[in-house]
Amino acid sequence: MTQGRFNLSFTILLLGIAFLYIPMLVLIGYSFNGSPLASVWGGFSTQWYGTLFHNRQILEAGLLSLQIALVASTGAILLGLLAAVSLVRFRRFPGRLLLTGMVNAPLVMPEIITGITQLLLFVSMVQLFGWPHRGFTTIVISHIVFCSAYATVTIQSRLIGADRSLEEAARDLGATPVRAFIEVTLPLIMPALASSWLLSFMLSLDDIVISSFVSGPSASTLPMVIYSKVKLGVSPEINALGTLIILTMGTGIVLAGIWMKKNERQRLIDIQMAEQ
Amino acid sequence: MALYPEHESLRAQSNDGRHSLHRLNRWLIIFPPLAFLVVFFLVPFAFAFKISFAQTAVHIPPFTDLVTHYSDGELGISLNFGNYAYLFTDNVYFISYLYSIKTAFFATIGCLLLGYPMAYAIARSSKATQNILLLIIVLPFWTSFLLRVYALESIIREGGLLNNVLLWLGVIKQPLQIMRTSFAVYLGIIYSYLPFMILPLFATLEKLDHTLLEASADLGMPPWKSFLAITLPLSIPGIIAGSMLVFIPAIGEFVIPSLLGGPDNLMIGRVLWDEFFSNHDWPVASAVATMILILLAGPIALYQYYNVKDMEQ
Repeated sequence: MTQGRFNLSFTILLLGIAFLYIPMLVLIGYSFNGSPLASVWGGFSTQWYGTLFHNRQILEAGLLSLQIALVASTGAILLGLLAAVSLVRFRRFPGRLLLTGMVNAPLVMPEIITGITQLLLFVSMVQLFGWPHRGFTTIVISHIVFCSAYATVTIQSRLIGADRSLEEAARDLGATPVRAFIEVTLPLIMPALASSWLLSFMLSLDDIVISSFVSGPSASTLPMVIYSKVKLGVSPEINALGTLIILTMGTGIVLAGIWMKKNERQRLIDIQMAEQ
Repeated sequence: MALYPEHESLRAQSNDGRHSLHRLNRWLIIFPPLAFLVVFFLVPFAFAFKISFAQTAVHIPPFTDLVTHYSDGELGISLNFGNYAYLFTDNVYFISYLYSIKTAFFATIGCLLLGYPMAYAIARSSKATQNILLLIIVLPFWTSFLLRVYALESIIREGGLLNNVLLWLGVIKQPLQIMRTSFAVYLGIIYSYLPFMILPLFATLEKLDHTLLEASADLGMPPWKSFLAITLPLSIPGIIAGSMLVFIPAIGEFVIPSLLGGPDNLMIGRVLWDEFFSNHDWPVASAVATMILILLAGPIALYQYYNVKDMEQ
């Protein structure tokens, strides 16, 4: 009986995974379709990759998005690290509940709400202080807000798991609190920092709704260009671009995962060696 | 901004010994994220609320100031409730409001029905398999949301793969119209948000005390009864967390209904977008945003409550 139900749920698991992956595999397949029509297979061809690399609009938007993602994800993990340390290490401080709420709310807040409210703030700020003008700066600030939420949650759970006694030992040996944290705890939470940087980078690179609101008329990010092309109908070079993004990110994540696992195992071995 | 006085007073205390110095260091860590999020996440809501009472104007930015400075130094405040009244006069807002709730609700149920057995199966696997399965579930979320919705479109559209396969198999005689229907929007939301449902469900199902199930089996309870009496009630926190993670963002979803839905599938997020980008009516868009927030206040509070409780444990 139990076996039977286990198999049912396992079958659904496999179907669910197929549901998640088939569209992406189909997208990759279409990117090598020689015919510009999606319903016809025109033989294997890499021509859309060629078209893609000659599309100035896509290349420029891609470069802008990469720059934004680099700055935003770096800002997000710095802010996320400070927020996570505050929430894990300081049990009581005024504004703790507020901070907890503010790092969790962006995870569920519809992007359309965050986007319009932040735009209205930026517009009002320009009226009052003459800064920030819409474009790169405003997109980066908005991305830092929602990426830092993901970063905080990831770093927080890792920090809770980190052994504090090592840091205290370093303190007893005369290290300053900052030095003890940097030399002992920071390496321990490095995997969380790395994975939240990667996640923030991807989320920033992918964001369409918030960017559309807070960017000025001069700045078009990659997702904004993709969206407008997709909206107009089938465009085969988007299949090629999608394939590149999905494969790069996919391999990046898997490699990062393997690297972290290896690191973790090495660390456990080191601990065992030290204890012997 | 409200925290600034505290910061000042701490600085004033900082010369009386090590304890205060330590407290100052503490605020050096707490202050940046707190201030950044207050200014760029919390304060914006106040501005949206303020501008929802303004009037549209033909200048930059396209709305009037609520506060007028008269020449004799007096201040006049004019609140315009017209934007909210307008939301009640034009049917489109009410219809899209209800349609958004309906869509988010059915998509959440769909996610739950698909995600629960998946999370259950993962929780029952060995530790090594669990890690691999979780990576497989999370991986799509780490790629691109926009591109995944687009990829789904290329499958379900009229000349897409699904219809071609079904026609070829002879299951259907004519291509199915999936695109531009409510079903396509549900499918899109389930497809995009499935990992958000599975992860919290897995977290609660994994922690489940298996001795309870063994005990009930020993007492002769059939497995389906044990499931209903033990597993399901104990996994309620995961069900709520997962459902909120799907329901709340789905209410304001814009990309999915706009790429997969038709003109009838008018969700409130699309209405807000059009009001803003096509009609350039920022005050009405702000009023719509405020109404969405009022609708979401309950679910967000519920989600935060479970989250804080979980973190404090």
